[in-house]
Amino acid sequence: MISFEELKRSFLVSLWFVFLTFPILVIKANPIERTIIWRWENMFFVAIGSFVLSILIRVVNTQKTKRLERRSASDSDTTTSEPLIQVILQNPRYLYPLAGAVTVFALVFPYLFDTYQTNIMTTALMYVVLGLGLNIVVGMAGLLDLGFVAFYAVGAYSYALLNAHFGIGFWMALPIGALFAASFGIILGFPVLRLRGDYLAIVTLGFGEIIRLILENWNEFSQGPSGISNIPRPGMFGIELSLEAAILYIYYIMVALVIVTIFVVNRLQDSRLGRAWIALREDEIACQAMGIDKTKTKLTAFALGATWAGMMGVIFAAKTTFINPASFTFLESAIILSIVVLGGMGSILGVIVGALVLILLPEYLRALSDYRMLAFGAILVVMMIFKPQGIISNVRRTYKYQKQKSGDVQ
Amino acid sequence: MEYFIELLFSGLTRGAIYALIALGYTMVYGIIGLINFAHGEIYMIGAFTAFIVSTVLSILGFPLLAIIVLAGLAAAVWSSAYGYTVEKLAYKPLRHAPRLSPLISAIGMSIFLQNYVLLAQTSDFQPFPELIPEFDFMEPFVHIVGSSDMVILVVTTLMMVGLTLLIKFTRIGKAMRATSQDRKMAMLVGINVDRVISATFIVGSALAAVGGLLIASHIGQINFFIGFIAGIKAFTAAVLGGIGSIPGAVLGGVILGLTESFATGYVSSDYEDVFAFSLLVLILIFKPSGLLGKAEIQKV
Amino acid sequence: MNNTILKVSGLSMHFGGIQALKQLDLEVNRGEIVALIGPNGAGKTTFFNCVTGIYNPTEGDVILHTLQGKTSRLNGLKPNKVTEKGMARTFQNIRLFQSMTVLENVMIGRHCRTHSFILGAILRTPGNRQEEQAIIERSHEILEIVGLADEVDNYARNLSYGAQRRLEIARALATDPSLLLLDEPAAGMNPQETQELVQLILRLRDQGYSILLIEHDMKLVMTLSNRIYVMDYGEKIAQGTPEEIQSNPVVIKAYLGEDLDA
Ligand SMILES: Nc1ncnc2c1ncn2[C@@H]1O[C@H](COP(=O)(O)OP(=O)(O)OP(=O)(O)O)[C@@H](O)[C@H]1O
Ligand SMILES: [Mg+2]
Repeated sequence: MISFEELKRSFLVSLWFVFLTFPILVIKANPIERTIIWRWENMFFVAIGSFVLSILIRVVNTQKTKRLERRSASDSDTTTSEPLIQVILQNPRYLYPLAGAVTVFALVFPYLFDTYQTNIMTTALMYVVLGLGLNIVVGMAGLLDLGFVAFYAVGAYSYALLNAHFGIGFWMALPIGALFAASFGIILGFPVLRLRGDYLAIVTLGFGEIIRLILENWNEFSQGPSGISNIPRPGMFGIELSLEAAILYIYYIMVALVIVTIFVVNRLQDSRLGRAWIALREDEIACQAMGIDKTKTKLTAFALGATWAGMMGVIFAAKTTFINPASFTFLESAIILSIVVLGGMGSILGVIVGALVLILLPEYLRALSDYRMLAFGAILVVMMIFKPQGIISNVRRTYKYQKQKSGDVQ
Repeated sequence: MEYFIELLFSGLTRGAIYALIALGYTMVYGIIGLINFAHGEIYMIGAFTAFIVSTVLSILGFPLLAIIVLAGLAAAVWSSAYGYTVEKLAYKPLRHAPRLSPLISAIGMSIFLQNYVLLAQTSDFQPFPELIPEFDFMEPFVHIVGSSDMVILVVTTLMMVGLTLLIKFTRIGKAMRATSQDRKMAMLVGINVDRVISATFIVGSALAAVGGLLIASHIGQINFFIGFIAGIKAFTAAVLGGIGSIPGAVLGGVILGLTESFATGYVSSDYEDVFAFSLLVLILIFKPSGLLGKAEIQKV
Repeated sequence: MNNTILKVSGLSMHFGGIQALKQLDLEVNRGEIVALIGPNGAGKTTFFNCVTGIYNPTEGDVILHTLQGKTSRLNGLKPNKVTEKGMARTFQNIRLFQSMTVLENVMIGRHCRTHSFILGAILRTPGNRQEEQAIIERSHEILEIVGLADEVDNYARNLSYGAQRRLEIARALATDPSLLLLDEPAAGMNPQETQELVQLILRLRDQGYSILLIEHDMKLVMTLSNRIYVMDYGEKIAQGTPEEIQSNPVVIKAYLGEDLDA
């Protein structure tokens, strides 16, 4: 199956990577103690690893071409068997019970596992919502927003500061934080949304960094790098909860928010507005020529995405009771982007799965957690190359019309 | 006045480094229309390679001159190798993909390389050996301009002259210009576009590596994260000058360096990075074609 | 009552040094099929782009009198405003929304005639639902007109070339235009598809749409058009009925050496 020629090429690839990684992976020099450590084992790993990977990619590629050839050869077999997941998604008979089961599991989760696990799950759910929020902007409207975390920060600081200065409680802060973030989205979005896609990405990145740097340096306003502590957890009807109860409470708030978000995003996706977003992502010029106001449509996506980020910011502040600018770096935006890209841009279920996998996996496999960011970076590259539509690609719904038509005729 | 001159020189030094990195952005953008987000990391890897090689050689007792030459060479070679590999792995398969795909891939590469160096080396700042000695003849001016400033200015000027000659007069330089003007046409007249793209990455990476070596030795320390900020600033310089334009990158670098130097010197040093980011945002919003770039109308 | 639907006067467009359009005048009357022809690179598509707001013309006036009796000046407006005013177009290099279904592509065209927004979408109010249903119905009707009713749920990218061109027309029709601009609608079609297209265009004319079309297929142009404008190097070199154009020496000269697809 693998020819000698291919083996030789993989061997050369392997050699190249050994050379490439030699200084950084093998040598470790300490200029103060003046010692050098030679880590030859790494060279060995790189050699084997890159050789195996290279062969694997070759095999996968040849099979792909073969499959394509076979498909074009037997044209009758055009009914490409849909993956199981799509079958489930499109059939309410499977989808509703499954969704019900997942909801029930989410509701009883805290009773099956301990507080620590519940806390982790809350974090994962927060990323689900953040992912769904960014999915509106990146996945549906096709606007690569690299400063998403700025809106998250706006939400978190809204709650922290409003609480510190005016004693505003969590439930008041939740909509206010969302509103502030949305307003920020509109203010920032207005000048930048007419930029071309890649410039937009860089400008949003710049804005995100500016906001973080301001939070870091404007001590009078935000208490600088030391951050704001003693942010109250959410209270229930004015009663202060014990730590355990508060964790449980936030968990259920998050479950509710996830459900609301899924509901809202799902409806948006199938609406006039959602279609306009997707059209905008596909072809801006055609979209405008069809009468869609580009700026307004983009701005709505931007502001709606920001709303969710703002809301999660409030939750984040309430959950950790402490925030500082270090929580709002570009890497945070990158993590959320990885979630969307892994899950599948525009695909709601994909983003949910993506968030759970990317947040929970490193938590449970501690050995992996050091390699977390390395993996996030790799995911962006690998997904773009091998599966740009994500693990669960978005399938457009079909609109039922014939039935209603026959109804009309009666 | 002396303070002014001091700021002027420190601004020029910074600007020269930004320009060296910005050239990589601008050349790649000119040829494949991609913002090579991982370019900052290539520069960081150049600096790290120089750090590793120079530390090893100094422990082994090599003379300073040999260390400088070998570290510089190693930085250029390995940076180029990384630049070349990144293009082959992460961008080439996406050449016909939607425009945002290679950008996302580039962001992924950037994060990957940062964490690769972090895991393989360390997250701490590492003291970078002082490779550039204090020259005796610079003694009278040392309070306004240091030896390393001088070296940086001279070396970057030489590099830029070299690059200009390369692009103007060599075969590959002419092929680069042709490809950046019209890739399809270039292909039709028999230019090997893949080779031109690889060459662009290699040259851009080597320039960034020299920048990395110079600035690391000037500042005296490095870590895995230096590429991120430097990358964004250099990109700012490239856009300011007009992305795709080589003189633009140099001009943009110098303007950005001076702006930063004077703003931090006369206004406030807390907001050093904010100045650069604000400049970036303002140019992109108000004059995305930059100072020397051409405004493009998308053909429909 | 005014019989003119589109009146373009003195339209000019520069790209840097290139002058792509020079002082162009053009008129389309109600119920007419007008063709704009000229050799490759003459500036025909540029003319469309300037008229529909995709490019901002350097000079000139574009006035539209809609079927509803409104008069508006279009130059300087954004493309979406132009479409709202009542003029829609197709593209020479097909620009469909590839990952959307055929029906959804047409539904996008209804966007500028409908209003539901964030809250309506989330709450699915009765009004919103009615509107949505109306969009679907109208889109189906239009797909029937262009003969794509069997493909509603197919993805646009899976359609044949000819069908994609017809889908472009359907999408433009969905915006309720008074005037339809078609940029090389027959390009890449086989003779049978072209024949169907001719029928379709005639049907549309009979339904009250006015049509301005760019086309290289001379047979199609000569059979369909009431009047023809000829451009070369950004300038209008002739105008008149098909018979006049066919015997016009200036036109023949401009086309000499050109490959007439007809
Ligand atoms: N965005 C642009 N920037 C620069 N030049 C342009 C632009 N758009 C069009 N042109 C130039 O304007 C001229 C007219 O082009 P246009 O596309 O309008 O021709 P056309 O008549 O539609 O030709 P065809 O029959 O081949 O479609 C050409 O020389 C073209 O290169
Ligand atoms: Mg044309």
